[in-house]
Amino acid sequence: MIELNDVTKVYNQGRANEVAAIRGVSLTVKAREVTVLKGPSGSGKTTLLTLIGCLARPTSGRVRLRGEAVSSLPEKFLAQLRRQTFGFIFQQHNLIRGVSALQNVMLPAYPLGLPHARLASKALELLAELGLEHRAGLTAEHLSGGEAQRVAIARALINGPEVIVADEPTANLDTALTQQFLEIVARFKSEGKTVLMTSHDPRIWQAPLADTVITLADGREAAA
Amino acid sequence: MIFHPPILALTLVSLLSAAAAVWASIFAVELLRRWDLSSGAESQVLLERRTYLVSAVMALVMTAELASLVLFVFNADRMAVMFVGAMCAVGTLNASVYGLPALLAKLAVFFAASLWLAVNYADSQGRDYPLIRVKYRLLLAVAPLVVLAAGLQLAYFLDLKADTITSCCSKLFAPGKPGLSGELTGLGERTALVLLFTGLGCLLAAGAAALRWPRSAALYGAGSAAFFVIAIAAVISAISLYVYEHPNHHCPFCLLKREYGYFGFALYTPLFAGTALGLPAGFLGLLRQPPSLGAVMPALLRRLTLGSMACFSVFGAFAAWAIWASKLILFA
Amino acid sequence: MPPWFERHRLLIDFAVASLLRRKTRNGGLLAVYTLIVFVLGSIMLFGEAIRREAAAVLSGAPEVTAQAMRMGRHDFSTRADIQKLGRLLGITHIEGRLWGYHYDTASAANYTLQVPPAEDSAHALAPGETIVGEGVARLRKLTPGGYLFLVSAEGKLLKLKVKEMLPSASALVSSDLVLVSEPDFRSFCGLDPDVFTDIGMRVSNPQEVSKAAEKAALRLPGFRFVTRADMLRTYEALFSWREGLLLAVFAGALLAFVILAWDKASGLSAEERREIGILKGIGWDTGDVIAMKMWEGGLISVTAFLAGAVLAYGHVFLFSASLLEPVLKGWSTLYPRFPLTPSVDALELSTLAFFSIVPYMAAILVPVWRAASADPDAAMR
Ligand SMILES: Nc1ncnc2c1ncn2[C@@H]1O[C@H](COP(=O)(O)OP(=O)(O)OP(=O)(O)O)[C@@H](O)[C@H]1O
Ligand SMILES: [Mg+2]
Repeated sequence: MIELNDVTKVYNQGRANEVAAIRGVSLTVKAREVTVLKGPSGSGKTTLLTLIGCLARPTSGRVRLRGEAVSSLPEKFLAQLRRQTFGFIFQQHNLIRGVSALQNVMLPAYPLGLPHARLASKALELLAELGLEHRAGLTAEHLSGGEAQRVAIARALINGPEVIVADEPTANLDTALTQQFLEIVARFKSEGKTVLMTSHDPRIWQAPLADTVITLADGREAAA
Repeated sequence: MIFHPPILALTLVSLLSAAAAVWASIFAVELLRRWDLSSGAESQVLLERRTYLVSAVMALVMTAELASLVLFVFNADRMAVMFVGAMCAVGTLNASVYGLPALLAKLAVFFAASLWLAVNYADSQGRDYPLIRVKYRLLLAVAPLVVLAAGLQLAYFLDLKADTITSCCSKLFAPGKPGLSGELTGLGERTALVLLFTGLGCLLAAGAAALRWPRSAALYGAGSAAFFVIAIAAVISAISLYVYEHPNHHCPFCLLKREYGYFGFALYTPLFAGTALGLPAGFLGLLRQPPSLGAVMPALLRRLTLGSMACFSVFGAFAAWAIWASKLILFA
Repeated sequence: MPPWFERHRLLIDFAVASLLRRKTRNGGLLAVYTLIVFVLGSIMLFGEAIRREAAAVLSGAPEVTAQAMRMGRHDFSTRADIQKLGRLLGITHIEGRLWGYHYDTASAANYTLQVPPAEDSAHALAPGETIVGEGVARLRKLTPGGYLFLVSAEGKLLKLKVKEMLPSASALVSSDLVLVSEPDFRSFCGLDPDVFTDIGMRVSNPQEVSKAAEKAALRLPGFRFVTRADMLRTYEALFSWREGLLLAVFAGALLAFVILAWDKASGLSAEERREIGILKGIGWDTGDVIAMKMWEGGLISVTAFLAGAVLAYGHVFLFSASLLEPVLKGWSTLYPRFPLTPSVDALELSTLAFFSIVPYMAAILVPVWRAASADPDAAMR
């Protein structure tokens, strides 16, 4: 599904605060599998996720999505690809404040120009699947942490992505909510979606659900 | 200089556009020197980001230039009371030697900007910025035009003085008068109409050919530019007579007035739109077709050509209607 | 609906919601912006209305006026001069006109004394009667049926019964007018029976005005000929110039506002930056964000334009531009308190739109682009 070939990422290149966050990683994310990235803080998990999810361009090396080199696509197409292929769940749920849960879910589809009514019913359906239909009209800041995360999950699903990318999805959740999240991931897997997560949390990478676990250290893939 | 609000507004817009054009061409030079899509370096990312700004700026310039073209003509019409002998926009334009050149330059800017935006659109459809170099070279050609138009307009406004004695449409567009305007009128009504309608026929045929064989789109583009000139000449020498129902009133501007039901808008809108769509069809057809636009380009050429043909046909229909509905009979 | 249309509808939707979310900030900007458009619009609408009034006043004037000149100064014309003109091709009517100024010590104001032309039957006056302009009536507290007393420099007294007042609708020039009959005028000013202030000529075909004036000039050498078009041009130039000067001064204020707009647009709050980062993270590209932000700016701009234009319209036509009068008209005790005839046209409105919308959109473009090119991976941090 996604192949990385000797990818590096350097922040602030050429300046005094230059950071080499990824220093030559080659890996393959297999379709319909759950892949977990683990490693100590600062090892480059989030950075690698942004590269795989086409949120950022590698400084060197090549990222291939379904065989197509995406590293040098124009931004417009990169965004298009991101929209069609990936659903993102961020560490902070990153909902937009002052906007209703429903509209938050609809936002990723705005650039596609679907009719508003169809979009709204699709978003409502997704919220209902996650048991949140009664929260649809609430603005983001009035949701509880768990609810906010499920709204964020619904938002990640609105464009029907093949790949779900989640950065530390359980960092702010208690045990019960973590369990609930793992159930949702299991459902994704059964629906044939590819899931990619980073986590500090042993409950995630030790879960039977995880097909592949990749360990990062200091911007490189380390032996597990 | 006459301190007239529309003059100040027009000057403001043209100076802003010129500044934008100068900035964009400096950027264009930088881009042409340093563009390297395969690089992931930050400088390349910055370059790519700036292309978004250039597109937005050019879209704004184009909108402003189109609106200012209309304002320019209407203001000229309104200011006619200030000049001895002026009855409409022609008199005001004639009150300074820079008047007509300024108008022509503004027209050129409008068409050039629409051409650039079309190329920009085509470029944005390809996955490897296929036309980026063409686009920025074109920008380097468009920018001086924008500056020139702003300069001519400024010179014109500075040169305008109340009480200037000028001549208006009745004198300027008289057959036999030397110069371009005389030539245009001197065509003779019959010749002009024959040229207009056979020209339209040929152009539509060229359009049909371009639809069959996209490579011949260049011909259509050249044709639409030529047709624009023929059409303006025909409006001045023949169509306007029918609209004014007067055998000697040749004027391309009075048509836009309320007295004549704003009929000029019905004529000029499709004519301008047709040309603005036809030119890029020709230009894009002329280019070596980039592989990344494989399926997109023929479809785009088709849409541009069809849209342009439709506009020209509407123009032809209005022109024919003006002749048919007029009480003036020039040919028995 | 095609997708691009729906896309823009959704983007506008979001733009509106996001404007409403920051009510105080955008409200303040909108208020300043509206004020600017209001002042600009008032200046323009007022200038245009005044010019139109002047044109309306002049429309009653003869096409050509001939003034006798002696030593470069305006002198009386005589009946003999009118006879010399005789019949000229194109001139339909020739008449000696009587008018002059009178400084009234009682109200410390200058009046225009005038004898209504013979063909103006609506204002025909018998000796002892007068018709006064709105300004005179106001200063002297006159009503129809009342009496107006005028004292000439030599101490001659004229008692006039006010027959009616001139309608205040076109009062720009008529406000200081006192119409009197010919015998009253001559006796009050001590004029010989065969002299006139100047000679008015009517020409029915506008194309022939200058020809007719040329021909008449041959018969009356020493006379100055002024056509109505000349006067119209002078008015036009005078008012445009004042208005333009005011606008140019005001451009400074506009510039200040543009800087404010630039500053507002670049000084995005952390919250807004975060929002843009999220939007880019979830699949918007730079173009989408630019379009959304430009809609925001466009909505503010158009709202301010409409509100400012409506307010300016009310100010100029309902309140006689009370805030601007001193600047544009000059100070005079006799200055008319009259409603200007309401009228706006597309040229004025589009000029105002140019002034108010273009600089703002140009000012926010760069900051908007800068904000929109945030890294999409910012949402991950
Ligand atoms: N935008 C940035 N600019 C500069 N340096 C950055 C940036 N983002 C990340 N870094 C640096 O890159 C390195 C890797 O960061 P990254 O966030 O990928 O680590 P991580 O494994 O996700 O850590 P954590 O577990 O704490 O989330 C760190 O040293 C970090 O400081
Ligand atoms: Mg992290």
